[in-house]
Amino acid sequence: MAASTEPEIVLKGGDVIARHALSTRLWHWISAAVIVVMLMSGLMIFNAHPRLYWGSYGANPDPAWLEIGNERDQGYLRVGNTTLPTTGVLGLSPGPGDAMAKLAFPAWATLPSDYDLSKARRWHLSFAWLLTAGTLVFGLWSVLNGHLRRDLLPRASELSPRHIASQLGHHALFRMPCGAAACQYNILQKLVYLGVAGGLIPIMILSGLTMSPWVNSVAPWLLDLFGGRQSARSIHFITAFTLVLFVVVHVVMVVAAGPVNELRSMITGRFRLPRARSANPEESRE
Amino acid sequence: MKHRYSRRLILTGLALATPAVILGANRWLPQDLPWDLPDSVLNSGEWLSSRMHRLIGRKALAREYTTQDISPVFRTNGATLPKSPQWAAAASEGFETWRLRIGGRVKSPGQFSLADLKSLPLRRQITRHDCVEGWSAICQWGGVPLSSLLNQVGLQEDARYLVFLCADKFGPWQYYESIDMIDAFHPQTILAYDMNQDPLRIKHGAPCRLRVERQLGYKQAKYIMQINAVATLAGIGDGNGGMWEDLAGYAWYAGI
Repeated sequence: MAASTEPEIVLKGGDVIARHALSTRLWHWISAAVIVVMLMSGLMIFNAHPRLYWGSYGANPDPAWLEIGNERDQGYLRVGNTTLPTTGVLGLSPGPGDAMAKLAFPAWATLPSDYDLSKARRWHLSFAWLLTAGTLVFGLWSVLNGHLRRDLLPRASELSPRHIASQLGHHALFRMPCGAAACQYNILQKLVYLGVAGGLIPIMILSGLTMSPWVNSVAPWLLDLFGGRQSARSIHFITAFTLVLFVVVHVVMVVAAGPVNELRSMITGRFRLPRARSANPEESRE
Repeated sequence: MKHRYSRRLILTGLALATPAVILGANRWLPQDLPWDLPDSVLNSGEWLSSRMHRLIGRKALAREYTTQDISPVFRTNGATLPKSPQWAAAASEGFETWRLRIGGRVKSPGQFSLADLKSLPLRRQITRHDCVEGWSAICQWGGVPLSSLLNQVGLQEDARYLVFLCADKFGPWQYYESIDMIDAFHPQTILAYDMNQDPLRIKHGAPCRLRVERQLGYKQAKYIMQINAVATLAGIGDGNGGMWEDLAGYAWYAGI
């Protein structure tokens, strides 16, 4: 066998490797831009009716599990029976000039900034096609080129609670993998990236489709999958904020792992394996 | 060690500063972000959706629910009491003098009283009404399939749309809506004159309203006075096919 006669290459900290395939990089940046547009236009659409329900129906006379509103110059967020004062951000926020705007989400967070439901819908429903097409193509491509199997699917040994717990501990202390260990995604990255690309984004797309009366007529099973149109709307909202949480953690981790190297790897594909950050010279030599 | 500590400190600082940064952004960010794309781009999504919808399942039925699924209170929206003298005169007599006029590109224009509509086969359906704003309400509608009226008056060959002229106004603007012939002849498209087995109430569009079940609430025209078959929507209102389409830029196709 030819492979056994070749000298084994040992990667170490400081080596530059080709990390991300072009398909991954393209999908990453398209999705990043599209998700910003989808989130901001989605917040504007939510402002048209800032109440969420469970089940098939739900309107103002029905009990809402979440509501953003204002009462006597106070903005509030109500979840179940808990009401939080949110004046300045949610329910009541600085509007044009000195006036306070009675918007659920503030103007700076929505697209467009003004209350304009039809325009927000045009943004949202156009970019939704881009998100869907991108995710389908990337998903299919990842199966075909081995990205899914090679980089994303966890190995059995990685799924042991002990391994996961130790990785959680390292991440909590921002102690990032270095040297050869940084060649591959660690188990937390695998689970999170799989969860986002294979879970959150598809749930986002499907729950969004479930809100379309036409889609309901050709795919009524979606209504049953999500438990009714208003449940789908609630799930769409919860998933959106789970994605926001992912983006925040993701950006913090990128900063912690070295933003220049990480950003470069997602733009050019080239990634420099980090050197060990230890006072122990033995360890830093790897 | 030192290196890691300082990075952690920076991150902690950033995390603590986030709320202040967001609140501060409020003040220095321009209130109206210079974000805009041409209408041709922004309309492409809705155009693609409407093409897809016409391609797949032209005849698919909207879900019909059971009596247990009906909303306890069906929220009203839009006008709840039209000011049109013609409508008000008919309303004061229990709509006995009300006539639905069907004209335009039809073979034999006709006038129908409420009794005429009720003499035609009745269709009842428990369906969900979805407002473009996001809320939904379920009730049972009863009325006459629009197709049976269209078969009576007969359409001319160039008739492509039905325009519904209504008695209500939004400010100075008269409410109107339009649908194409795929939806006009869809079995669940009815002129509803009763709701939850009671006569349709004034706040919900008496004496009759449109139900076009695979589209959003603004297509469900209330207080219908006249239906015109037309070859084109150009020249009616601002030419976008409906009052909300003209006034607020909502999509003519409201299936999504």
